[in-house]
Parts: sequence; structure tokens; C-alpha cells
Amino acid sequence: MKVQVKVWRQKNADDPGRFETYPVEGIIPEMSFLEMLDLMNEQLLKRGESPVEFDSDCREGICGTCGLVINGMAHGPKCACTTCELRMRDYQDGETITVEPFRAQGFPVIKDLVVDRSAFDRIISAGGYTSVNTGSAPDANVLLIPKDTAEKAMDAAVCIGCGACVAACPNASASLFVGAKISQFSLLPQGEAERKRRAVRMVEQMDREGFGNCSNHAECEAACPKSISIENIARMRREYMKGALTEA
Amino acid sequence: MSSNRIWQSTVGKKVVMAITGIGLMLFLVVHLAGNLLLFVPDGGVAFNKYGAALKDMGALLYVIRGGLLAFFLFHIVAAIQVYTSKKRARAGRYALETSKGGPSKLSVSSKSMIVTGVVLLIFVPLHVWMFGMNKGAPPPMVMIDGSEVKDIYTMVATSFNQLGIVVFYVGTMLFLGFHLRHGFWSALQSLGAMNPKWTPAIYAAGFVFALLLAGGFLLLPLYFFFFVDVPVAGTGGDM
Repeated sequence: MKVQVKVWRQKNADDPGRFETYPVEGIIPEMSFLEMLDLMNEQLLKRGESPVEFDSDCREGICGTCGLVINGMAHGPKCACTTCELRMRDYQDGETITVEPFRAQGFPVIKDLVVDRSAFDRIISAGGYTSVNTGSAPDANVLLIPKDTAEKAMDAAVCIGCGACVAACPNASASLFVGAKISQFSLLPQGEAERKRRAVRMVEQMDREGFGNCSNHAECEAACPKSISIENIARMRREYMKGALTEA
Repeated sequence: MSSNRIWQSTVGKKVVMAITGIGLMLFLVVHLAGNLLLFVPDGGVAFNKYGAALKDMGALLYVIRGGLLAFFLFHIVAAIQVYTSKKRARAGRYALETSKGGPSKLSVSSKSMIVTGVVLLIFVPLHVWMFGMNKGAPPPMVMIDGSEVKDIYTMVATSFNQLGIVVFYVGTMLFLGFHLRHGFWSALQSLGAMNPKWTPAIYAAGFVFALLLAGGFLLLPLYFFFFVDVPVAGTGGDM
């Protein structure tokens, strides 16, 4: 099959950027979207043009490195799916596919489709850890955690930090990411000691990074490749307010 | 932690929006409940008595009005700041923006909160000037139970027999409906009072709430325009 890729080209953070449209031929429907982009780059190189930069690593949906906005949707049209898991059989022969980088103040474009997501690392550094020494693994059932609580903590901990929540949010808010990271600790006893401080510090770091305000559109949950619920945003707000009102 | 630091945070801002929004929604419920007295076919006695009873609250009425004004202003300031932060945070527009559907609550009402909000912001002072202050003119008076009270029924009936005012009110109430459709559930989510078990029910309740409130307010001008003639001032009493 053959498609037209209308793709964002931007030399660096200072370049205003523009769209270019490239034909891509010889696509097999079983190819992943990223393999199609690899093919496009090979064809660009053969024509003596510079390849389009994009991020990818594991190509099996667990590392959170890939992330494109495809036809206006972060990670493409499928729910619970990363860009690397997307297949070309989801597109029509001859279709024009628009590919853009994640657009957010907190995610400046480095080149073409590659954005700098180190803002997420700084949010984690602000409080997304436990600094207590947990020692070696305790005996089973020493720490009793109800199953549904453990499940909720795991549902938050599946976040791969890809940033699709920010890309999909009309406000470019990072609330789902921060909500998931706060939740995974606040639900478990290991996170209890630094619970209040963590919520306040992580929310304040999120604000400093220039992400927008969450207006509860819940588009982030639809875009999240791990289907993380906005329940975690509600929990983040409870945790932040508890921390803010009681911490000195 | 200082209250200013909480207010400056994205979470604190939305909590303020939610609390003030819920306060304003409660006011709307009371306001509509009172206005439903306009449907009582007694020439306005019940509604004028209600108006007089409100006035009899004295200082308490001014405290409530002051509180409402404060809620309104905080809601507006927070809304403007949320809107400007959104504009800053997006940094460049997408060529295409498509909702993925599924759990997304992205809708016309959620995306147009600033537009519907601005319409309501323009509407409220005009509404207060028209009915609270009778457009600056001395209000018509009427005798009820031996005392002279404001004939607000006649003021309402006279205004709602003018096509322009009816169109303005009905149009604005549609905007109110869209504002409440997202605002109701969003307020609870902003306060953290949500979990996935309740979300579908509360989101649906938001639709019913918006429909009832906007519908109730919207029917009043239509009712007067089509079914009630302009009364002669001062006849809305029991003399």
C-alpha cells in the first residue's frame, strides 16, 4: 500500500516549523506505524533528503519513548495503544496521514517529531520516590494491603510516562501523569511517610514546568496507552489539598 | 501553607472554581424555585409576596448578595487564569485535533466553558439592571396584605412580552445549559469527589441538572410571551 505522510518538520526549538508531505510506497499492512516511518526515512535518504526524526525504543508498548499525534490523536486512533503498537492496516491505501509532535510548553520540540520530556523527570525528582530505606523484601503478608487497594496502586503504576495525556489535553495539562505517580505511592504503606509533602511538591513542580490547568475533559484517559483513569486526578487533588492545608 | 500558595497552584485554582461554581449552582436552584411562583395563576400575588419576603430578610439579604458577588468574582478570576494558562501551555496549535471517544468527556459544553461563561458574565449585570433595578426607573408598586410592595410580577410580565428580551433570555439560558452540563460534574471532579463507580451516574446527573435548570429558566419568558398578557401595573395585588 501507499500513503501520503503530512509530517511536521522543525530544525530546532527556535525554528517555527512547517508541514511537508512525503509519499511512502511499498507499505505492508502488517507493518507498525513506526516501521512505516522507517520506510519513509529510507526513501527520503535515497532521494538525498534528510530523514524525519522521531523517538522510539522498545517498540512493544512498555517504554513510553514513542509518541506522535497522528490525525489529531495522541498515539493514533486506537484506545489503550502506543504509537509503536499501531499497525498500517488501520489506514486506507492512498490516505494522507497527518503526523505532529506532542505540542506543549512543557515539552519543547528538539527536532521534527522529537520533544524534550525531561519536565516529567523533574516532576518525579520533586517527590515521586520513597526516601525511606525499605531494606530487603519482607516476609509475605507482613504488610497487609487489601487486594482492591493494591490493584488501584498497580493501575496507577502502569504509567509509562509517555506524555500522551499532555498531548491530548486541550489545556496541555500533566494532571493524569502526576495523578498516577502520586496515587501509586499514596495507596501503599511505603508511600505513607512522605505522602503530604510528595503531593504538594509534585503538583508545584508540574505548575513550574508550564503545564496547563486540568479542566476535566478526560481526553487524557482516552489517549492514555495504559487506560489510566482520571480517578487518579481526583485523588491527586485530594492528596494535594490534604497536604497543602496541613503541612507547614 | 499560605492560602495564596494554594490559590496559585493549578489544583487550588480548580478547587476555588468548584466551590464557587457549586455555590452559584445552589443559588440558581433557589432562584428557579422562587421563579416557579410566576406560573401560579393568581395575577402575581404569590410571586410579589415572595419578593417582599426576600426584602424582609433585611441585612441577611445583603450578606447573601455580598457572598454571591464574591463567589461570582472568584469564579470569573479563576476561569480567566485557567484559560490564559491553557493558552500558554499549548504552545502551537495542532493541525488536527480529534477526540478519541471512549472515556473522554470532551464535548461542545466542555470546550466552550469560556464562551458560555462570558455570555453569562454579560447577562448577569443586564439581568440585575432589568429586574433588580427596573432599568433605573422607580418600580411599580402594589398593595398586598395591606402593605405596599414592589410589583415585580408586572415588571417581569411586561419585559417578557417584548420579543427582543424573550429572545435574549431564551438564548442565554441555552448557554447556561451548556455551561452547567460540564460544570456540574467538573466541579465534583475538581474537588476530588469522584471515583469510577459514580462517574457515569454523576455525569448523567449533570445532564439532567443542566436540562432542568436551563429548561426551567427558559420556559418562563416563553410562557409570558405566549400565554400571559401585559398586566396593568398595580393589579398584581389582592385589593
